[in-house]
Amino acid sequence: MSDNKFKRRSFLKGSAALGAGVVAPTIFTRTASAYTNEPGDSRVVLGFNVPQSGPYADEGADELRAYKLAVKHLNGEGDGGMLNTFSSKTLNGTGILGRKVDYVTGDTQTKSDAARASARAMIEKDGAIMITGGSSSGVAIAVQSLCQEAGVIFMAGLTHSNDTTGKDKKANGFRHFFNAYMSAAALAPVLGKEYGTDRKAYHLTADYTWGWTQEQSMIAFTEELGWETVDTVRTPLSATDFSSYIAPVLNSGADVLILNHYGSNMVNSLTNAVQFGLRDKIVNGKQFEIVVPLYSRLMARGAGDAVKGIFGSTNWHWTLQDPGSQAFVKSFGKEYGHPPSQAAHTCYVQTLLYADAAQRAGSFNPCAIAEALEGFKFDGLGNGPTLYRAADHQCFKDVLVVRGKEKPESEFDLLEVFNVTPVDKVMYEPDNPMFAGGSLGKCNPGT
Amino acid sequence: MDAIFLQILNGLDKGSAYALIALGLTLIFGTLGVVNFAHGALFMIGAFCTVILNKLLSLELVTQSATETTPWGTPVEVHTPYVVMWFGKVGETMIDYSVFWSILFAIPVMLIIGIAMERGLIKFFYKRPHADQILVTFGLAIVLQEIIKQVFGANPIPQPAPEAFVGSIDIGALVGLGANAVVYPIWRLVYFLFAAVIIAGVFAFLRYTTFGMVVRAGMADRETVGLLGINIDRRFTAMFGLAAVVTGLAGVMYTPILSPNYHMGMDFLVLCFVVVVVGGMGSLAGAVAAGFLLGILQSFASMPEVKAFLFGFSIDQVIIYLVAVVILLTRPRGLMGRKGIMET
Repeated sequence: MSDNKFKRRSFLKGSAALGAGVVAPTIFTRTASAYTNEPGDSRVVLGFNVPQSGPYADEGADELRAYKLAVKHLNGEGDGGMLNTFSSKTLNGTGILGRKVDYVTGDTQTKSDAARASARAMIEKDGAIMITGGSSSGVAIAVQSLCQEAGVIFMAGLTHSNDTTGKDKKANGFRHFFNAYMSAAALAPVLGKEYGTDRKAYHLTADYTWGWTQEQSMIAFTEELGWETVDTVRTPLSATDFSSYIAPVLNSGADVLILNHYGSNMVNSLTNAVQFGLRDKIVNGKQFEIVVPLYSRLMARGAGDAVKGIFGSTNWHWTLQDPGSQAFVKSFGKEYGHPPSQAAHTCYVQTLLYADAAQRAGSFNPCAIAEALEGFKFDGLGNGPTLYRAADHQCFKDVLVVRGKEKPESEFDLLEVFNVTPVDKVMYEPDNPMFAGGSLGKCNPGT
Repeated sequence: MDAIFLQILNGLDKGSAYALIALGLTLIFGTLGVVNFAHGALFMIGAFCTVILNKLLSLELVTQSATETTPWGTPVEVHTPYVVMWFGKVGETMIDYSVFWSILFAIPVMLIIGIAMERGLIKFFYKRPHADQILVTFGLAIVLQEIIKQVFGANPIPQPAPEAFVGSIDIGALVGLGANAVVYPIWRLVYFLFAAVIIAGVFAFLRYTTFGMVVRAGMADRETVGLLGINIDRRFTAMFGLAAVVTGLAGVMYTPILSPNYHMGMDFLVLCFVVVVVGGMGSLAGAVAAGFLLGILQSFASMPEVKAFLFGFSIDQVIIYLVAVVILLTRPRGLMGRKGIMET
């Protein structure tokens, strides 16, 4: 009996020693790691978190194509695309800091909770050192916040709400895409010139963060122009038939309808507005006009003929003639047989910018990368000279005002660039009231 | 006055779609006693019949231009529809009127889908609780919409109305409200008339044909009809097919109003269930009446005047449910519900 007792004690002691021995190296490794998901010597994993299902799945598919193309170029495959035109020359097709670039993908489903779950899985299970993607501001803000907590860099994809780099900005988050303020600032002068300064506007607005900031920005800039805001009506994201929202516009005395809608909301509301003959009406002695502040080629295709002659803004368009855009269109077109969307462009550029920042910083430490991106000035990526402002991690560049083409020559040729608004016309101070209420906080490298 | 008239038109138009879908739902519930959550998917499949036929008619001969190249260096593709190559102007008209041809295309397709759905899956759930029926039909709806998404993508696919029906009509001038006071899209009026014809057709079929009489008798007392030696199951299967056709046609004609997308059925489904409940479970006339009533109420609720009256609260998204609560509290069987239906 006593022998048995002795043996059990010996066994327990041995087990404890063995357990400590097994755990010790892990503890050592963990404390040795200076930041979350520090990569090994051979490969680095990037996490592409895009809508692969849900209403923005087609947009997400185009984003994913762009990401894959960027990875190819970073690893030295293909024609190099924008690596050949990028003003920074640190990337040479050998991956990032000598490591081959690998990637994992997640499905945001255009839902904040699903997007956070997929981002978390990519960070915790797959060891992703950077998360990028998204086709909705609600999703982008949610994932940006998660990345801040997890200690990885978030390179936002298509997100246009002022809040992403405004009240919800984070030190680990960076946005290349333009925002609602910039759209309004670029559009207003064109609208004033084309439609006059004595106009009455009626807003239909998607009822979520992006819609609110887009409406606020458009009201501010059009009223500065001399326009009067007749009414603002919030519409639920789930709405599909906008006829009952369009009908009151006809009797409101408004002569301009501003559709602060995106995705299928925009396709349906614009189609309904055109069907109700709004564009054929004369109100207050003027031709009735419709404005769509944020355009996308994929949505323009959904709206069909309804987009003809309608003004909006876009971050980038494939018909631009600068060497960067041409290189990207050539590379993307050869790979996939069609031109890239603005969502694809911003995602491709964000991947290159991250890789370049890591290369310049000489480290994958998120704080070193953030420092390299802050205040970084670059060119050759399709938008002309661009600044990644340190104060809010927002890119500042020229903004395109586009118009629905009257006679498209192909299914991709739906928008024409009407005006390129210089960056100084869309610039704002970091403490602008439309962006107030939050702070970047401190960079979090995680552990 | 103009605004009220316009919202009534809007409500009738919206109500047409609700009424058509709810009519199909009620037919299935009234005959087979099945709560069919895949009904919205039938509406969506009907809409995609238009997309499919349009794509078939627009099949193109793709040639490569000898002179022009794309910005990425490959030759530009020149697309010429075969029907235009073969029939010239007639071919162009065929493509233009594809929505109308889709009606002919959708009838057999929806009939087959409806019967296959009933024979292949739903008949096994007749004697199961309603919860089981809801689960299986809801699952089926998700499967069907995922298939459509895989094949056609997630973005809406616009289907323009025929050229002759594009634009609006000045109804205000016609009814003496003054020029340009009430302008309404032509296609929405076409949709309303189409819905009225289909609804009248279904009622006439049930009222004036022997088949319809047997079905109505079966709806009232299935067992007795069976005891008379009539195979009521076969007739009910045909009614499932008819319900699928009615709902599919509602989807076909709705495509110029709402660009088809894989999710459109789900958007209508919940509303139409409310319509059925408000109208009275199993009551065809109730479903139609409630469809139009709730369509009109929803349109009025989105008027700025209503919002101002309610101190800025917007109720257009909840009005249908509020009305449903009030009606069910005051008339628990719905507007035209009968005793014994959905009651144990």
